[in-house]
Amino acid sequence: MNQNNGMSLIIKTITRLLIGFILLYGIYIVLHGHISPGGGFAGGFIIALSYILFMLAFGKEEILKRVPEGMISFLESLGALMFLAIAVLGFFGGYFFSNWLPKGIPFKLLSAGTIPVSNVALALLEVSLGLFGIFLVLVLLKFTPPKKEK
Amino acid sequence: MLTYFLCLILFCVGLYAVLRKRNIIKMIIGIVICEYAINLFLILFGYRMNGRSPLYSPNQEITSMVDPLPQALAMTAIVISLATTALLVGIALRIYEKYGTFDITKINKLKG
Amino acid sequence: MIEINLLLIFIIIAAIAAIELKDLLSSVVAVGVAGFGLVISFLVLKAPDLAITQLVVEILCLIILIRATIKVDLPFSTSGRWLVNTIVTMVFLAVFLICGYKALLNLPSFGNPVMKTSVFYLDETLKNIHATNIVSAINLNFRAYDTLGEATALFAAAIGIMTILRKKGRLTKEDKENESK
Repeated sequence: MNQNNGMSLIIKTITRLLIGFILLYGIYIVLHGHISPGGGFAGGFIIALSYILFMLAFGKEEILKRVPEGMISFLESLGALMFLAIAVLGFFGGYFFSNWLPKGIPFKLLSAGTIPVSNVALALLEVSLGLFGIFLVLVLLKFTPPKKEK
Repeated sequence: MLTYFLCLILFCVGLYAVLRKRNIIKMIIGIVICEYAINLFLILFGYRMNGRSPLYSPNQEITSMVDPLPQALAMTAIVISLATTALLVGIALRIYEKYGTFDITKINKLKG
Repeated sequence: MIEINLLLIFIIIAAIAAIELKDLLSSVVAVGVAGFGLVISFLVLKAPDLAITQLVVEILCLIILIRATIKVDLPFSTSGRWLVNTIVTMVFLAVFLICGYKALLNLPSFGNPVMKTSVFYLDETLKNIHATNIVSAINLNFRAYDTLGEATALFAAAIGIMTILRKKGRLTKEDKENESK
């Protein structure tokens, strides 16, 4: 696989058209996690898949220009800390992890208390995990020729 | 009853791959098949005949729903199986870099 | 429920093909086929949340596995004592299946689950929490502690991957010390 130059011209053109839609669909599934099926996990992985499609089609130089490596670690820690902050702030409602925001009318976007905020926090964690795994397995590990034991 | 038994047979196929194969990638594939069988068994356990998926819709009368609790447990299990597979493949790549082969009978050095 | 049985037989055939094929790339593709069959089973069993999650996780798993198998050859020799090992494995699996069958006879029949805890969740979600996706409400509101444990497990897996596949190790520092002497 020609890692530095990416894939052919057809794949590059189609990818440029499709990436925005995949990202939008992922954000939709994350934000509507308490109304329709999906939630933080599936939506976060879909957002990560849009970045992976970009990396597979264009090679690793382009993705390293747009997403610096330090930012992925920062996003992962931010996601985990946000989830813990929501849990600890539940002490205001009486006990750990209580649902302390006002619960609105069902079927609206701003309802069900802390559930949409938890979905966003988990989605941040998932995006960085997906990017981490794929980065390290695909890009940064260059095979040195193995020592021959025969 | 037949459905549960077919699920157990799928688990045994994965277990055979872990026990008898000599290639590390085949063992990883066996573990992945075991995980599929277990998640499917959890969902099969909570199915109700003529039930509906556990979601509310506006302006509809809901009579009976499928059990939602095993679905929540299986969702956690599916995501963790991805983390397990990623770690296993990382260790397998390191072994290939050091020994040059994936065959477990030729990997016999404890101290490297 | 004839559809579930047919889908399960299809997944079993794909799994047997995955572990018996000699080419590593073909067996990874067969595991992908088994995963997609599982997505259709989840849809027939009325679990749309799980179908979306399984589909996306399957695609990521395939990308990771294909990267591991793209430049590798397969050993083809079989060592001695092959017959004894296979017979012992088959006897063990047969005993396991017989004991499993006797245990499965005690479960309630397929399609009539025991729903003692879920009755509470089904009543409470629309009245007090005002969420319409019951599976998300169970995961993030009633049993949020398990989701915290899952987030910790994912975090630990990310740290583990970063540690295993790091480029700089202790060897380069030793090389520098040897050069400076």
